[in-house]
Amino acid sequence: MTFVPSSEINNNSPQSLQPKGWLRYFSFSLDHKVIGLQYLVCGFVFYLIGGALASAIRIELTSPISDFMARDVYNQVLTLHGTIMIFLWIVPVVNGAFGNYLIPFYVGARDMAFPRLNAVAFWMIPPAGLMLISSYFITGAAQSGWTAYPPLSITTPAAGQIIWIISVLLLGGSSIFGGINFLATILKLRRPGLKLMQLPMYCWAMFGTSILVVLSTPVLAGTLILLSFDIVAHTGFFNPSLGGNVIVYQHLFWFYSHPAVYIMVLPAFGLVSEILPVHCKKPLFGYTTMVYSIMAIVVLGLVVWAHHMFTSGTPPWMRLFFTIATSFIAVPTGIKFFNWVATLWGGKISLNSAVLFSCGFIINFVLGGITGVALAQVPFDIHVHDTYFVVAHFHYIVYGGSVFVIFSSIYHWYPKFTGKMLNENLGRFHFLITFVGFNLCFAPQHWLGLNGMPRRVAEYDPQFTFVNQLSSLGALLMAISTIPFLWNIIQSIFKGEVAGDNPWEGLTPEWLTSSPPPVENWNGPAPLVTEPYGYGAVKKEALDETTTNKTESPKQTE
Amino acid sequence: MLAVACLIAGGLWIGLHVNLLPDSASVNAPIYDELFKVLFSIGAILFLGMLGLVIYSLIRFRRRDGETGEGIALEGNLPLEILWTAIPAVVVLFVGLYSYDIYERMGGMENMNQSSHDHSSMKTEQRIWGGIGASTSQLDSQRGLNPLPVEVTAMQFAFLFHYPQGDILTGELHVPIGRPVSMKMESNDVIHAFWVPEFRLKQDVIPGQPTILNFTPNKVGKYPIICAELCGPYHGGMRSTVVVEEPDAFDSWLSKNSKQTASET
Ligand code: HEM
Ligand SMILES: [Cu+2]
Ligand SMILES: [Cu+2]
Repeated sequence: MTFVPSSEINNNSPQSLQPKGWLRYFSFSLDHKVIGLQYLVCGFVFYLIGGALASAIRIELTSPISDFMARDVYNQVLTLHGTIMIFLWIVPVVNGAFGNYLIPFYVGARDMAFPRLNAVAFWMIPPAGLMLISSYFITGAAQSGWTAYPPLSITTPAAGQIIWIISVLLLGGSSIFGGINFLATILKLRRPGLKLMQLPMYCWAMFGTSILVVLSTPVLAGTLILLSFDIVAHTGFFNPSLGGNVIVYQHLFWFYSHPAVYIMVLPAFGLVSEILPVHCKKPLFGYTTMVYSIMAIVVLGLVVWAHHMFTSGTPPWMRLFFTIATSFIAVPTGIKFFNWVATLWGGKISLNSAVLFSCGFIINFVLGGITGVALAQVPFDIHVHDTYFVVAHFHYIVYGGSVFVIFSSIYHWYPKFTGKMLNENLGRFHFLITFVGFNLCFAPQHWLGLNGMPRRVAEYDPQFTFVNQLSSLGALLMAISTIPFLWNIIQSIFKGEVAGDNPWEGLTPEWLTSSPPPVENWNGPAPLVTEPYGYGAVKKEALDETTTNKTESPKQTE
Repeated sequence: MLAVACLIAGGLWIGLHVNLLPDSASVNAPIYDELFKVLFSIGAILFLGMLGLVIYSLIRFRRRDGETGEGIALEGNLPLEILWTAIPAVVVLFVGLYSYDIYERMGGMENMNQSSHDHSSMKTEQRIWGGIGASTSQLDSQRGLNPLPVEVTAMQFAFLFHYPQGDILTGELHVPIGRPVSMKMESNDVIHAFWVPEFRLKQDVIPGQPTILNFTPNKVGKYPIICAELCGPYHGGMRSTVVVEEPDAFDSWLSKNSKQTASET
């Protein structure tokens, strides 16, 4: 069969000139699997840096006075922490890393639609990240938060803010290139015979996410360019002393940044939908409703941004519209959660690290979603906006949600990436301290916000000292939790049990090849998997054959 | 069925009995707390329900040592899926309508430009955006109370309160108990936010865009005023105090500080 246009690119000279072995990972490789792992490792390095910054924040907050860092340094640390975690860790990893690794497998292709664009998109990230971080040492980093609201971002030192803008523009550009590539791959490189409604759920999640990326990221880019004009050329787009309007910036910023939260979490939804059926040995419950709810979230996600602006200049009708629209996002989101629980129900669940992290995600995200719906109610939000309550809400979502899913996915796909198994006991231990530490760190912050602690402060009312120290203790546990994880990852490469092609007996196409897979993904023709979740007693024979005869699944019809 | 009933009862109990909120010191704070209780109850029911389902499934359907085989071949169930689309939709609709009602009772739907303002010093044709707070026009004309106007200026890193009545300029807000206060706020530099947790109210103070916040304090005491929008290095220190006092005490404060004897600031 000659259906895979991009396979030429893999097989012709540029690819064979690439270095082999581990050096590949430092090269301008065009192999989607190499690029995926580049995203993952690079993202993880930035996660460690962002985590170190978070630790600095939590150390400062163990006492009610500003005593650990200078106040302007605190604001720089806070800005870098937010920007790194969002733009250099979660977005690149849930999209770039797993997207690049998995999507070509899932559509039955040998590579992404535009391999060179793909490599360019990845290689924009390290320089952007290094630039952002080095700004701290050279000029002082930006100090207006990850939201960079003017006029604060116009009046704080310009050099750091401009470097911040350039980095975010590069990262946004990388994300747009990635989005275009995913859309093209999913729509155009599908193996003949594979229908859209047979794709694994992660493809649908990436399809929806990429639409959001392509529609909203350019708005952020335009906004930041105007902001940079205000800073360097003293134009007055957002500068009230020159007749500009600061509220317009907020609208434009959140028009991107609310969808951005779905850019961080929709792919995570997709990953969980891949992981749970494999370890429960049960079909994904409600495939069709899952697809429609992703699409509903995409559409609704574009019209809820002003819920971040309830206390700024927002007239009553606008407040109400955005309250209703935001509340309704909970409906498609809820469907997905009920469907996952129904996927667990009646399964044969292996209680391994991947499952534990996925279930931890469900629990954390439900709490974050509930506080989200509460925050969507204008009268409720008017008290807790810009307080630690909001900090708690979004960490339940982005850490308790996306980061838990990233860990779950690493436990799930590590055998495919490396051919080695991870140590399960270490993995469960990692889950335990992460889960306890996370909840200890963020649950008390709800109370802090309700009772009067605003966010982004280096000093606070002494009555909050004890609860802040509890929270910092949780953060300490979270910091410690990376040690067993890293140890597990590193030692398993050398000492891990050999995984074999399909250690979990998965049915999706990435399991129907060797671990790690060959450059062409499959040595033979690409398999046609029309039932990615065909588990269960009824289809028992199907699985038996799959496991005894790995190279040719019965679902392959060649 | 029994489990669901217990869950609902438990959730309601938690919602009604666990108090996570600070003191309440304004007319709209009890309205807020009512909303909070309802949301907290619903949230507790949903959260505990999901938590229970997940933990129960993990225990009941776990793969025991040496067990082989697969789960049931259940790919979906339309009535169930419709059910859990409909229930959240109804809950969310209820929450939305209910919070609209709360919002209205807090005075959120009133047209800010017409509320009884007398800030003659400010340009009237300017568009003004508002926070909420029970409430100036209707309630007060009923009670024959005229609101106390205060002009608020925020700057890095302080609030300044100007009382047109008596031309007082102060860094500490004094208000009499029971009388509505109507604040018109504007910032000199970056965005700040005026927040009094005990009043359950917050409104950004924006440069180039006046905003309004109305409230009626109903409990004597001193409460913190907190800046809630990142405004620079000393953002965490940008705090002040609102002193709610008996009308007599307030009047004497007012006359003591009137005109020439502007206070500290
Ligand atoms: C059930 C769905 C959700 C609802 C109804 C919801 C609602 C809200 C609302 C109303 C706010 C504004 C709070 C305020 O600043 O006063 C907010 C903040 C936030 N939400 Fe959510 N949310 C939901 C899910 C998510 C998801 C899925 C994510 C990310 C993956 C997320 C991430 C955030 C972040 C990062 C902020 C804070 C932004 C900032 O001010 O820096 N939320 N959410
Ligand atoms: Cu949002
Ligand atoms: Cu301030």
